[in-house]
Amino acid sequence: MIWIDTIVQGVLLGGLYALFAAGLSLVFGIMRLVNLAHGDLIVMAAYLILVVVSVLGLNPFVAAVIAAPIMFVFGWILQKGVLNRTLGEDILPPLLVTFGLSVVIQNALLEGFSADSQRISMGPLETASVSAGPVTVGLLPLLTFASAILVIVGLNWIFYRTSIGRAYRATSDDPVTASLMGIRPDRVFASAMGLALIVVTIAALYLGTRSNFDPYVGPARLIYAFEAVIIGGLGSLWGTLAGGVIIGVAQTVGASINPEWQILAGHVAFLVVLLIRPRGLFPRAVD
Amino acid sequence: MALLETKGLTAHYGDFQALFGVDIRLEQGETVAIIGANGAGKTTLMRAITGVLRGQADQIRHKGTAIGHLMPDTIMKRGVVMVPEGRKLFPSLTVEENLLIGGQHKGGRDLGDRIDSFLSRFTGAPDPMALAAGHDGTGLWTLDTIYEIFPVLKERRNNPGTALSGGQQQMVAIGRALMSNPEILLCDEISLGLAPVVIRDIYAALPRIREGGTSVIVVEQDIGQALKVADRVYCMMEGRVTLEGRPEDISRDDIHAAYFGAKA
Repeated sequence: MIWIDTIVQGVLLGGLYALFAAGLSLVFGIMRLVNLAHGDLIVMAAYLILVVVSVLGLNPFVAAVIAAPIMFVFGWILQKGVLNRTLGEDILPPLLVTFGLSVVIQNALLEGFSADSQRISMGPLETASVSAGPVTVGLLPLLTFASAILVIVGLNWIFYRTSIGRAYRATSDDPVTASLMGIRPDRVFASAMGLALIVVTIAALYLGTRSNFDPYVGPARLIYAFEAVIIGGLGSLWGTLAGGVIIGVAQTVGASINPEWQILAGHVAFLVVLLIRPRGLFPRAVD
Repeated sequence: MALLETKGLTAHYGDFQALFGVDIRLEQGETVAIIGANGAGKTTLMRAITGVLRGQADQIRHKGTAIGHLMPDTIMKRGVVMVPEGRKLFPSLTVEENLLIGGQHKGGRDLGDRIDSFLSRFTGAPDPMALAAGHDGTGLWTLDTIYEIFPVLKERRNNPGTALSGGQQQMVAIGRALMSNPEILLCDEISLGLAPVVIRDIYAALPRIREGGTSVIVVEQDIGQALKVADRVYCMMEGRVTLEGRPEDISRDDIHAAYFGAKA
């Protein structure tokens, strides 16, 4: 029976990893941009939520609602002002620029908030749990997983059911022809980065409430996000959720065998999937 | 004043000059054909007119306004729309989505345009809303009327655009451009690689397109087809216009000379 519990906890942990990864997957899927600063952007959003919580004394969920539009605008300006200039045939410039951005964000956060580790308090919600038979799960992990599902359903709805989603897909296929249809690709990309940073804000809410964070934890989160995206197949959002769940389950199973194996088991699962399906579980048809 | 006019149009790809002072004009309601061999500069001319290849503002005028410096989306919103060479359907979109995307940005009043229009007061950049004014994108063409002229597309509306045959893909590409009810339709090599019977089907839509009030420029390698549909013909060679005239006024020899640069 303990196995069921382990797996359920792993699945719920996978929800957190899927949230870390969804923004990364979105940005890669639309503009083929590998954002090495993604983890640091999550940490940045966590600090933003922390500031709103401590200055205005608000509930973290309300604080995230305030932080999200700020992050959207930041993403818009970042894409329009910096990242659009790096996109092109060569994949190296965006990698270098986002790597640099990662360093800049870490140092700016260090300057502003010091290296002390921080946490966003949720009050009694942190320890609340629900029981179903042999399994007892925390309310916060459950909320995290539900948020991951909602984010992916929402992004899929935007992608396949709205006119802006149509513009995203068309621009991703062929920016020059899209511009002949009245679309301005740099704007489409800017709004996609803004949207990705709204997802980042949701990820940051759970990052900040479930564990401690300091200015340097971004890259470690980025690794899990990358693994989830690659396991799932580049550009597939449901695949990203599956990837997150696989890493989460591998980690909790590994930890239940030997606590030292938690992180290792996640990476091993990633390598095994890569060996069997090098293009991921659900690769997009056109790539 | 011509509907569309180029004056001394030049175009470059890096150091390579592709157009050397091209003068063409299109009057309201006209169909003009541009013929020429591969590499004559026909597609470059289309890319310059649509803003994909930007140059000097006043080398291209649309209803008297200089448009040579504008972005492709602004030119499209003014009602100058292209069916690109090679069809260029969006593979991630279904047939119907490909059609819908052609009509979703017409008129130039989306949020991004409103913001840019506001900012242009301070930056001195061209105001996209002012430039797109005068073309509201309404008219004959809707999903229904496009399915009327190309019924096969209605049957295949939910297929990926790229799953269709070449001729059907060309119909989608034309339909996609028509969805914005263009004032000027530029057709770049729409018969390339298609069977004669399919070409006939596609050109059968042309009278209806003209009835809808759209003026047309067709770029063709198929001289016979071009002479049949056009009110006037331009022949290009090596980046220059070498012949201009009405199909009934120009002889085979004239065309041969203008096309190949030598008498037959």
